[in-house]
Amino acid sequence: MPDTLNTYLGVAVLLFALGLLGVVVRRNTLVIFMCLELMLVAATLALVAFSRFNGTMDGNVFVFFILTVAAAEVAVGLAIIVALFRQRLTVRVDQLDSLKN
Amino acid sequence: MHHFLLTLFCVFTVGCAAGVVVCRNTVNAALCLLLSLVGVAALFLRLEAYLLAFLLLLVYAGAVVALFLFIIMLLDERGKQSSGPPRGLALGSRALAVLLVGAGVVSFAVKGRLAAPSAAAVPALGASLKLYAYELFTTYLLPVQLIGFLLLIAMLGVIALSRRPGAPHSGYGT
Repeated sequence: MPDTLNTYLGVAVLLFALGLLGVVVRRNTLVIFMCLELMLVAATLALVAFSRFNGTMDGNVFVFFILTVAAAEVAVGLAIIVALFRQRLTVRVDQLDSLKN
Repeated sequence: MHHFLLTLFCVFTVGCAAGVVVCRNTVNAALCLLLSLVGVAALFLRLEAYLLAFLLLLVYAGAVVALFLFIIMLLDERGKQSSGPPRGLALGSRALAVLLVGAGVVSFAVKGRLAAPSAAAVPALGASLKLYAYELFTTYLLPVQLIGFLLLIAMLGVIALSRRPGAPHSGYGT
């Protein structure tokens, strides 16, 4: 593969698509959450690639903020999942259907 | 040699990301996520963003995946297989997801040829630590403060969420 912007963007697109696929297909909340992280990392990779090939710093600095927000998101999300597990004794989305019917 | 390494990193990253989606076992999925993040960090190194590659490994591989593994061990979901959703719903969601991925790949193949200069023609600004510090403490000073505040709020939120309902407010150490 040539070392061009398109290569990196292709990897980012594939990572994002795989993350989206996981969010749609999987039933375990933890795995869904991991796939969300994958989508965030894909966006990060696109930002760094654009920043590198445009010769600017803004994308690189934004990755800082994305990393911080992702860390906060993981902490709060996992706390919510643990609280959910305490209440309902499951983390599978097909069993968490109390709003149905 | 450089092209071979880039191809290796790309295939490794995407393959491990596919492992996250495919693996039945949650622990295996978490380890695939870890490997995929290592691949992304290698791509960051190829893009000469050395600090960001290090931070990605530190924050994601060091903290986030470890936290995921802790929670997986804590919840211990083994042996609780559900009956699964209705057959039509599962097939429909799979078909929709595959269509979405296909649309992304096709649009990238058709319209994805962005004209960019080669990497050698552009200075690698991300390689210098000084520029990060300069940007963070001048242009992006307010976002840095806000992010610090966000982390504080997240910490308080996690403490509030992890308290047992009905437990006394100062039940520690009594």
